[in-house]
Amino acid sequence: MKENKITERLFNGLLKENPTFVLALGMCPTLAVTTSAMNGLGMGLTTMVVLALSNLIISLLREFIPNRVRIPAFIVIVASFVTMVQLLLEAYLPSLNTALGVYIPLIVVNCIILGRAESYAYHNPPLPSLFDGIGMGLGFSVALTLIGAVREILGTGNVFGFHIMPAGYTPINIFVLAPGAFFVLAALTAVQNAIKKKAAAKGKDVSKVGSGCTEDCSTCGDKGCTKRFYDADAPEKNPVINEAKESEAKESEVKETEAKEEESGVKEESSNE
Amino acid sequence: MNNIKTVRDLFILLVGSSLVSNVVLSQFLGLCPFLGVSKKIKTAAGMGAAVIFVITLASAVAGVIYKFILIPFKITYLQTIVFILVIAALVQFVEMFLKKAIPSLYEALGVYLPLITTNCAVLGVALTNVQKNYGIGTGVVNGFATALGFTIAIVILAGIREKMEHNDIPENFKGMPSVLLTAGLMAIAFCGFSGLL
Repeated sequence: MKENKITERLFNGLLKENPTFVLALGMCPTLAVTTSAMNGLGMGLTTMVVLALSNLIISLLREFIPNRVRIPAFIVIVASFVTMVQLLLEAYLPSLNTALGVYIPLIVVNCIILGRAESYAYHNPPLPSLFDGIGMGLGFSVALTLIGAVREILGTGNVFGFHIMPAGYTPINIFVLAPGAFFVLAALTAVQNAIKKKAAAKGKDVSKVGSGCTEDCSTCGDKGCTKRFYDADAPEKNPVINEAKESEAKESEVKETEAKEEESGVKEESSNE
Repeated sequence: MNNIKTVRDLFILLVGSSLVSNVVLSQFLGLCPFLGVSKKIKTAAGMGAAVIFVITLASAVAGVIYKFILIPFKITYLQTIVFILVIAALVQFVEMFLKKAIPSLYEALGVYLPLITTNCAVLGVALTNVQKNYGIGTGVVNGFATALGFTIAIVILAGIREKMEHNDIPENFKGMPSVLLTAGLMAIAFCGFSGLL
């Protein structure tokens, strides 16, 4: 059972709730550092380390952190890990550190980290939380590497520094510059919209699928990136917690129905064969 | 780049931080409010004013704390933790203060303030000031210029979005994709400013 839970968390972060492709969280670093596949991978792995460790610690301390001051507590924990990681990078990978620059300390305000702390680690035991962090981090790394690779191939003809495009290919420089990031993300969200529409037409629940901070910032706040520092609301009246609980309940329902659908789908396919 | 000594330095810093390395269009900081609160010019301008107010204030406070607390006690490695907590607390204090003292200003900016609490642009400016060794005064000017650049970008985007609202856009590109494409085209336009300096 426990094994199942861990693999389920990893799978969930990598595919089902991929932070970039499905939830559309943490778009600032996604756009800024994906000028090459290597930078994307570096940023993804750095974020993964911070996410996994902060999830673990927050989950261990969840009984002791009062509900009212949980956001500042989360921020302090996350910021401590970011500082540690930054110092380690400065010492052992200085080239990556200079390439990522100010975006390393800015991991503190990455929506994904506060969002996972708020919606998963604060309500779940340490081990699943750790693997939730690793899964989400892996999903983020894969997404950043893919986006970085696409931009690098289109913009320079290289990937991870190896030249792979045919000799006649003229690199479209704009893709490694700032505007290219917006264009790639626009294409990505358009694809996401198309998939979402198809899924909705089939009657699947797509409420979880975000699209690049589409809605107002208020919904971004629900996911944890813009939140009041000190929540004066009583815990039972706190909309965020209630919402998280509701969404969890909904999630489990959705999972059950999806599992059933998948099973029936598999049966249909096999009968077709 | 050193601290401001002449009017020329001031001008270069203002243009450089607001237009050439625009905070959203070339550094991708503060994308959330840029994309989220840019449906109407009026709200976009309100958001811009709130961002100017908060970033200028935050870079002043962060600069003072860095110079008089972090450096003397040799704890500059704690800058990330200190800055994020100070900024978050500052925004909330400002909100409470405005509510009590200047209700008219609170009416205008109040709704936007909580949205900026952990905005990456605010923290980004504070950290950049430290990284580039700006003094307190130069840091404040840099903060103001950066926020001004944000305001310019968000107001322009809001203007375009108001015009685009009734256009015939391919089904899947409706909403965010078309806004991102617009932002990309604006980023190309802003690339042109790099010839200024």
